[in-house]
Amino acid sequence: MENIADYLKAERSQEWRAELRKSMKAKERTSLERVKMLEEDPNVRNKNIIEVNKGLTPEMAIVESHRCLDCPDPTCISGCPVGINIPKFIKKIETKDFLGAAVTLKETNALPAVCGRVCPQEKQCELSCFYTQKLKKSPIAIGHLERFAADWERNSGKMSIPKTEKHNKIKVGVVGSGPSGLAAAGDLAKYGYDVTVFEALHEVGGVLKYGIPEFRLPNELVDIEIETMRQMGIKFHTNFIVGKTASFDDLKAEGFQAFFVGSGAGLPRFMDIPGENLNGIFSSNEYLTRINLMHASNDEYDTPVISGKHVAVIGGGNTAMDSVRTAKRLGAEKAMIIYRRSETEMPARNEEIKHAKEEGIIFMNLHSPTEYYGDEKGRVKQMKVQKMELGEPDASGRRRPIPIESSEFIVDADTVVVSVGVSPNPLIPKALKNLKVTDWGTIVVNPDTMQSSVPEIFAGGDIVRGGATVILAMGDGRKAAAGMHKYIQEKITAN
Amino acid sequence: MSKILEKEFFSKNVVKIVLEAPEIAKSRKPGHFVIIRIDAKGERIPLTIAWADEKKGTITLVVQKVGVTSAKLSKLNTGDEIMDVVGPLGQATHIEKVGTVLCAGGGVGVAPMLPIVDGLKKAGNRVITILAARSKDLIILEDQMRGISDEVIVMTDDGSYGKQGLVTAGMEEVIHREKVDLCFTIGPAIMMKFASLTTKKYNIPTMASLNTIMVDGTGMCGACRVSVGGKTRFVCVDGPEFDAHQVDFDEMLTRLGAYKDQEFEAYQKYLQTVEA
Repeated sequence: MENIADYLKAERSQEWRAELRKSMKAKERTSLERVKMLEEDPNVRNKNIIEVNKGLTPEMAIVESHRCLDCPDPTCISGCPVGINIPKFIKKIETKDFLGAAVTLKETNALPAVCGRVCPQEKQCELSCFYTQKLKKSPIAIGHLERFAADWERNSGKMSIPKTEKHNKIKVGVVGSGPSGLAAAGDLAKYGYDVTVFEALHEVGGVLKYGIPEFRLPNELVDIEIETMRQMGIKFHTNFIVGKTASFDDLKAEGFQAFFVGSGAGLPRFMDIPGENLNGIFSSNEYLTRINLMHASNDEYDTPVISGKHVAVIGGGNTAMDSVRTAKRLGAEKAMIIYRRSETEMPARNEEIKHAKEEGIIFMNLHSPTEYYGDEKGRVKQMKVQKMELGEPDASGRRRPIPIESSEFIVDADTVVVSVGVSPNPLIPKALKNLKVTDWGTIVVNPDTMQSSVPEIFAGGDIVRGGATVILAMGDGRKAAAGMHKYIQEKITAN
Repeated sequence: MSKILEKEFFSKNVVKIVLEAPEIAKSRKPGHFVIIRIDAKGERIPLTIAWADEKKGTITLVVQKVGVTSAKLSKLNTGDEIMDVVGPLGQATHIEKVGTVLCAGGGVGVAPMLPIVDGLKKAGNRVITILAARSKDLIILEDQMRGISDEVIVMTDDGSYGKQGLVTAGMEEVIHREKVDLCFTIGPAIMMKFASLTTKKYNIPTMASLNTIMVDGTGMCGACRVSVGGKTRFVCVDGPEFDAHQVDFDEMLTRLGAYKDQEFEAYQKYLQTVEA
């Protein structure tokens, strides 16, 4: 890591940065107010799928960039799973070199327009910002600025293609085209490898496409970032399930030297309570996939979806928020979150909770369903919920929910979306007998290299973590790409 | 993209399609299915592979026209392309020598039964196949089944061909006549339910290949969940074959009807556009 520190220092001491620091007093910089994201009106946006956040204007971005002190020890970077050179890209914005800012982002981040939208910056870079840590002030809006620079570049029509090393003609495979796979593919291409990404679905992007709704992350934007990756020479093979369509051995026979497995989340978890298989009860994966990937709410598409007037979404994570806000947009009169702990323990981002509340989502915190009841056609119509109270913290560090005896009551619900987590996708572990997996079904890896018990197979993202964020998955992908590079180069040297 | 190399109507509403899919043809085994999507606005539907030719690089699907997607599929011609075909999916059929195996296929369920019968026969079993359908024109693949089964019994509801009666009558006949060690059943859910109830009476182990609604088909969405032995299982990755005696067929039938109204409406709309 020392060379990275040296590199950052060298970059920081460049003349333009030094000049810029002198151009405004620190006191003046810290006296500026944090920029506020422009948002679509809640009562307009809850009826359509247009993006909620509208981005920053160039003027807003420039003012915000002045707040950044370009610290000698930029702690923000240590909070970024993909190690973006944050002060450098922000200072590029300050000099109005917006395209330069985007190039800086792409040095380490394959999907800046995505990360600028869906990363929990408040728990990462912005949490470790000097403003948060030492000044006890609102941090630099790093996420908003990242989005601004990426959007500016895209809208300029002058998309930069990240530089790649000379093509080394060594074939490597990436299994899954979600965030971890794309991050790994991007870095592997930069190292010069011949990269093929295998995707089981008909579209590239994984959870970015089937999971995260249009109003939070437009699909078109994911496609544009993927197009950049195609231009880097990365090949995408959709409708291809490694381990099924062809085995790892088949691919090795075709010359693939190593693989990154980012096969993601798999089987949805249900609560195993009576009536859970009634019609109108979905996993969040199914509900969101029907709408986001299959466009079920658009009459021109063949895939149907059930979405009623009283929609209950079980869970308190980002996926639950995505589901409930989608239900509202599909015309639910009552769209409810039913969560067994309190808002303090909710895993969803504060921004998502805030947006959901503004849009009229009802929050039934400290409640949990215990049974579902159907009509004569087998469609859910009501659910029994039980009140909960919080006890001592559990293994997750959050206070444990405890059911309150005899507190059950009936709630009308003609659609239920169960969003209580997923188990890792079972396809890869089933396809590789000697792959070491945990009792949970996640792949065991060396945390430094992301190498699995099968030497040529590396893994990251939800298939290793069980369930995490886009950016942590991307961090895994980058780390695994470095691990694969080292592994392949050592193998070549040994021969 | 997958090209249609051959197309043949078995009857007015049942069509056989041979698709170019070399990778799937090579890796598929009896019991596997594929997910297809006809065009950019199409839905993803699962279809069990009826046959495959590894040398030619083809897979064969047999489809009954029941809704928009199957109707669109039956209108495609040789040379046309299907946008997405992915597979092979699911667990392959567990095939071993057990003695006498009764294979009860109903309607288009006979098609995916074909490779299972073939596998069972090659493993050294005595295989008795029952082909059941509402009427004569819905009986498919009889010659092929006769070629690989020890015996074929044809049953039609209306008596227009073979013996008159339901599949269960044919099954009872065989069970009363000789010892059956194992049974396979593939067909409409309601038929499999009664086939399963029949063998349960005689304690004959029975496998049913389930055809539930799916979206991704790769173990992600849970649309295909069924109760097996009181536990929720996923047809796409745990199945499609399960111990029939443990399957909650009534729940499965209800779940298959989840989109009945929407499907009916969409089909009527489609028929209007086709006629117009």
